[in-house]
This record gives sequence, structure tokens and C-alpha cells, in this order.
Amino acid sequence: MLKSYLNKIKPYFQKGGRLHALKSTFEAFESFLYVPDHVTQKGAHIRDAIDCKRSMIMVVIALLPALFFGMWNVGYQHYLSFDTTVGFWDTFFYGFMQVSPILVVSYVVGLTIEFTVAQLRGHQVNEGFLVTGLLIPLICPPDIPLWMVACATAFAVVIGKEVFGGTGMNVWNPALLARAFLFFAYPSQMSGDKIWIAYKSDAFSGATPLSEIANDQVFDATMLNDMFYGYIPGCIGETSKLAIIIGAVILLWTGIASFRIMFSTIIGGLLMGFIFNIFGGSNAYMQISPYQHLLMGGFLFGAVFMATDPVTAAQTRNGKYIYGLLIGMIAVLIRVLNPAYLEGMMLAILLMNTFAPLIDYCFVEQNKKRRLKRASNSTPETI
Amino acid sequence: MSRTIHLKCGFDIRINGDADKSLMASIEKSRTYAVKPMDFYGVQPKLQVAQGDYVKAGAPLFYSKQDSRIVFTSPVSGTILDICRGENRVIEEIRITPTETIDYEQFSVSPIQGMTMQQVKTLLLQSGLWACIRQRPYHTIANPDDMPKMIVISAFDTAPLAADYDFIAHRQGKYFQAGLDAVNKLTTGKIHLNVHTTRTFSDIFLYAKGVDINTFSGPHPSGNVGVQIHHINPINKGEVVWFINPQDVITMGKLFLEGIMDATKIVALAGSEVKRTGYHKILSGACIGPLIHNNLKDDSNPRFISGNVLTGTRISEEGYLGFYDHLVSVIPEGNKPEFMGWVAPGFDKFSFWRTFFSWITGDKQYVLDTNYHGENRALIFTEQYERVLPMDILPGHLIKACIAGDVEAMEALGIYEVAAEDFALCEYIDPSKTEIQSIIQQGMDLIKQEML
Repeated sequence: MLKSYLNKIKPYFQKGGRLHALKSTFEAFESFLYVPDHVTQKGAHIRDAIDCKRSMIMVVIALLPALFFGMWNVGYQHYLSFDTTVGFWDTFFYGFMQVSPILVVSYVVGLTIEFTVAQLRGHQVNEGFLVTGLLIPLICPPDIPLWMVACATAFAVVIGKEVFGGTGMNVWNPALLARAFLFFAYPSQMSGDKIWIAYKSDAFSGATPLSEIANDQVFDATMLNDMFYGYIPGCIGETSKLAIIIGAVILLWTGIASFRIMFSTIIGGLLMGFIFNIFGGSNAYMQISPYQHLLMGGFLFGAVFMATDPVTAAQTRNGKYIYGLLIGMIAVLIRVLNPAYLEGMMLAILLMNTFAPLIDYCFVEQNKKRRLKRASNSTPETI
Repeated sequence: MSRTIHLKCGFDIRINGDADKSLMASIEKSRTYAVKPMDFYGVQPKLQVAQGDYVKAGAPLFYSKQDSRIVFTSPVSGTILDICRGENRVIEEIRITPTETIDYEQFSVSPIQGMTMQQVKTLLLQSGLWACIRQRPYHTIANPDDMPKMIVISAFDTAPLAADYDFIAHRQGKYFQAGLDAVNKLTTGKIHLNVHTTRTFSDIFLYAKGVDINTFSGPHPSGNVGVQIHHINPINKGEVVWFINPQDVITMGKLFLEGIMDATKIVALAGSEVKRTGYHKILSGACIGPLIHNNLKDDSNPRFISGNVLTGTRISEEGYLGFYDHLVSVIPEGNKPEFMGWVAPGFDKFSFWRTFFSWITGDKQYVLDTNYHGENRALIFTEQYERVLPMDILPGHLIKACIAGDVEAMEALGIYEVAAEDFALCEYIDPSKTEIQSIIQQGMDLIKQEML
């Protein structure tokens, strides 16, 4: 029935139709509802059941545990600051009411721009923003003003993506670009101890473990469990390492994200933490054990969901190892040595996004050289 | 020296409808035959016959404008029924009405051992069987003046629904060996016969004489000659490797033993839309009508493909078997929209990726249709092509170099080692639905032009 309705209104959107200007919009909704009936014309006669929509939706599914836990945790931290406890659903509902406006603003602003640009260019609407639109809220503090979310999303989509030609062409991860925009445009609202808990009571500290340790407070080892399960203040999606690990398993099992990048990023973080342990002297931050770096801040979230963005990461297999390793190392380096930038992960990934083509260049040249060398060494086969 | 080469990368598409390993009883003979000049990529045909002419089996129909020595002969004796032309008067088909019994053109033959390279070449050229010998780079018909560094014969095909060469070669060992002996005269390099650990069991291949036997293991595309050459002795710039299909080696053997060009082929009929799959003994260029007549499933909306589902050519119900094909695949058209298909759990959707729950179904075979399952997008994912291309080649970068038309980069990244068919699986698994085979083909065309 729906299909026949779509077929009925379709002529309006085709060339010569009254609503031709909205062709991309119509097609986006049509292909959203129905996988099109296009059949192969040239090349392989059969094609895999996967498409970009399916792969993007997998990332969204992988993000859901972090999102739902984040919603609950926003409520939990809020009530904790008032030293009250309420039931699970009340806690979740509070967080839901805090987080969903951010989510809605991010999607509405981003998709409006995406649709407009697709329309202007006569392109099809790309699925990439399904993921970006969810990532942006997850890396925002819970009581961020909505207008900031709107500005940051608009910046990320226009400057981060559309100016380069849309999904697949961008140099930097758009979601991180939104975060960087917030961080540098509104620094006072993006750091400090006040922002990590939604409408907290003033008496409560509200500092994240990351900022505590940066202020040279002695690391409280009993926090480790809380840090792993995520009962700590922080950005909406980054607190629960368990939820992120569930997402990582989904991404790796389905083959959507690169194991090489995830693995080497974590190794890089551990390695840098270890180096600080050896050479760091008595500084408390340098002395924390390497694996604790993984539990703090957005390290793991970045490693699983941000560094693995295939468009902005290195593309060669070995390049991915280098790319990940450097992200991990630089993230911990920035974190420890520069207290002004608490979250090194964001800057580390953006920096390596910039250098990913250079890493690839080296490995591509290596491949070319191997081929040339083979040519000069080759001897004709004889009987 | 024989080698065993284990290939891990690749993917076997679990498509339903494998050809039953039995030779079907003789069916009604094809009433027309056709030679399609378009089968021979890059050849500009110059006709030697006109409508109404009588030709013998093995008599020339046309030759290549680029090299008049390369002639293309009739698979059957009969009268030229029609010369079908398409856009820009391109010759699409030369149709022949066969005579009741086949009247063969006789070629004078002598024992192969005593023949020189030139004599073998001349006989192959005269009989039209030279077209069976193709070369890498470019995947075109070999140039008779070249000296290939080796000749490769892949005795197995790993493509979906592919014909089993063990079955085809059965009881034709004498001809196969004779063909190999003739091929051996064509180069001072080696002849490599490649077999598969779990697909090749025939003694005809395993104990072939005068060749190096290499054993391969692993999924598709381990049966592609491009992949095999890459692992045996890769092609560098300026080098040429020839390759021949084993069934064509048998035809050559018959030519050298009996002096006739017998275009009989054993062809697999496979696919989920066929009632009785199996092998048929028909002549090259036969109409597929008799094979599928009363042999299709009810209410099916089939697509007929000469060749396999990844690289084959779409033909009509009364279309003709391609010159290089040993398989007719019949699969359903997928012109049905699917409601919210991208979000369904997908237990019934076969995929290289584990985003559909079909990964829990084990070895189940799937009916695969011709639906795109999505729309064309920018290249987003990386590294997936490497997982189905067992070569030391950076497929993503090579594809981009081809799109950009950057000849130097294409050359440096290994365009000489590949052909479009090697990228068929990349095209299949690609979530962005990029037409990779045509991109690579365009790249090869460009570089061929530049090299002239």
C-alpha cells in the first residue's frame, strides 16, 4: 500500500514534475523505506546484500549500549550530586530527557544541511550522517546548551564534510571536528568541573577522574571499577568502558571496523603510559599504570568509534598499525604533558587524520618499489 | 619444480544451483549457431563471409583487423543465416544454420614431436584456435609474434557455479596431453598446470607430462590465472604470459591428432532457476534455447548468463554461448523492492560481511538474485578489497588510479598483473556498489592505448 502510494507520487518528483526540486529528498525517503528494485546492468550479476545503509546502521547499533548507558548515567550522576537515589527508570528518564534534545538537535541540524546540499548538487543523500549525528551527542557534556550543539553540528557538516564533497571525501572525522569546534570556540563551557553532570548540586565536586589526576590528586584505586562500568561523570557516551567494549565486539564481528586500528591504538596508549612510568619521575599523572589511561576520559571511545572511521583513517593495512599506534601514543602524551588539553584523544585523532595520507603514501611507495625491484631482479624462466 | 601455494584471502559465494555431475542425454540440437566478435575483447572484425555463403566447420568467418593472421572460424558447417549488427554497425553475431552432419575442414597434421614452433603456430592460427590463447597483461588474444615467459593453464575454476574441469576432461586425457604437447612448442619458457588441493582429483591433470604442476589451495579467486601467475612468477612491465583454458587444450589436442577443428564442448548448466542442472555436450556458439527449454522452474523470472555470475555476459533466452564460456548460469532477476531491507535481521541474506544474521546458517546455499541491494555511493570502506584479492596489490589505490586515469600510478601499482575478472569479487562485496570491473577495464584500455 505504501509502495503504491510512493509510486503514485513519484512522477511529481521526476524531471518535469512539479516537485522536481525535491528529487533527492524523495529518493532518500523512498530508499529508506524500500531497498530499491534496481538490478545489475554490467559487471558482476550478483551483489552482496550489504550496502552503505546497512553498514552505517551497524555502527549505530554498536553505539546504542553507550547511548543507553549514557542516558542512565546522566540521571545517576545528577541524583548522586544531590545525594538522593531514585529508581532505575526514574534515573533513566531524567537522563533521557537531558540527552534526547541534544540528539534531536544534532540530527535535525545535520540532516537538514545534508538534504539541502544533496538537493543543490543533485546528489543522492548519503547515509554517513546517521553515525555522525549520533556520535556528536555522545561526545558532548550532558548539560551543553542546545544552540552550541547546533553550531558545532553545522560547522562539522559544512566545513568538515560538504566542502570536500560529502561522505567519503572528508579529511577529518566530522564528529570530532564538532567536538574540537566546541572545545576551542567555547572553552569555558567545555572544561572545568561543572559541566560533566547535568544540573548538579553546587556542593558536589563533579570532577572526572581525568581532571582529578591532572590536578595532581592521588589516584584513587577504588575508582577503577566505577571507571570500567562507567559510574563516573563525563561526556554522555564515553563513561562506560563496558558499553564501548560491547560496541567494539559488534563492529569487529560484523567486519565494519578495523581490528588493526583499534588494537594498535590501545597498544599505543599502553606503550606511552609505560614510557611515562619509566621516565616520568615522581609526577602522579606519569606514574599511573598504563591500563588506567584506557579507562579514563574518551580514550576507549575514540579508539573504537572515532579512530576506526574508514574515510579519515589510513587505508593501507600496515599504515593502519602506524596510524593507530601514533593516535594512542599522542593521546596519552597530550593528556599527561599538557594539562590545558585534558582530552588528548580528540586532538590525537584529528592530528593523525591529517597525517593518514602521508602514512599511506609511504606504504604505497613501498609497494611500488617492491614491484620495481622484482622487475629488475627477474630472470626469464627456462626449461 | 612443483610448488604448493596456499591462498587465504578470497571468498566462496554460496550460491544455490551447482551443476549436477552428470552428462545429460543428448538434447534437441541447436537450430542456429553464432560466433560473436564481441567475445574477443579489443578485436576489430573484418568479415570474410557474406549472408548465404556455405562454410565448413573450421573455415574462417572473419579475421582481426589488427593482425590478419588471427582468424575466427565457424564451429559448425552450414550456411550463413544472418549477420547481426548493432549500434554503429558493430557486428554482434554471425549466425549459421547448421547442416545435418558436420562437414569438417581438414588440416594436414603430422606427429607433434616433429613439429616446429612455427608449424604449431600456423596450424593454430589457421584453425581459429589461436583465439583460445590469451595473454596477460590486458587479457586479450595473444600476439603470435610474442615469446611468452610462461604459459599457464588453470585446471580448476573457483567461480560461483563453475564447471568442474575434472568432469569435463574425463576420458579425454589423450587429447589433453596432445594439446599440452602442442602448447609446449609455443614457448621456451615453462608450461604451468595449476591444480587445486580439494577440487582437482583427475589423473589427467595430476599426472600430465611436460608441465610444471602447481598446487593451489583456498577460495575463489584462486582459480583465476591472474592470481596464479602473481604467485608463480609475477608479470613485470614488458613481459607477457599466455594462458589457455583446459577445455580448449583438449580441442587443440583433437586438432593435432585428427586434423579437424571439433568445437564440441562440455558445458555446465547451473543456477537456482534450472530444474535439472548438469553437463551438456554441445558445440561452441550453440543457442542455449534447447538446454533450458522445459527446464526452468515455474513462475521464474530468470536471467541467462553465458559464463559465471561474476564475470559472465547476459544473454537472451535464445542467446548463444560465448566463445570462452563453459557455463550457462540461470539466476532470478531481483527487480523487487524490499521494505526496510537494510534494517531487517537478514537470516536469508547471504553476505560476505557479518552484518546479516545469515552467518549463523553455516554452509547453507542461497538463491541469489540480480538485485543491487543498495545504491551507488562514494568509496567509503577500506581494506575490504584486500580480503578477497590474494595478491600483493593495493586494490583501493589501483582502482583510484584507474578512475583518475593516472597511467604512471596504474603501472606502478600493478595494472599489468590484473584483469577485470580478478576484481569481480571486490565488486561483489563492495558496500558502495562501485562498478570496479569496468573501472579496471577502462584502466587497462587506457594503458594499452598509451603503450602503442
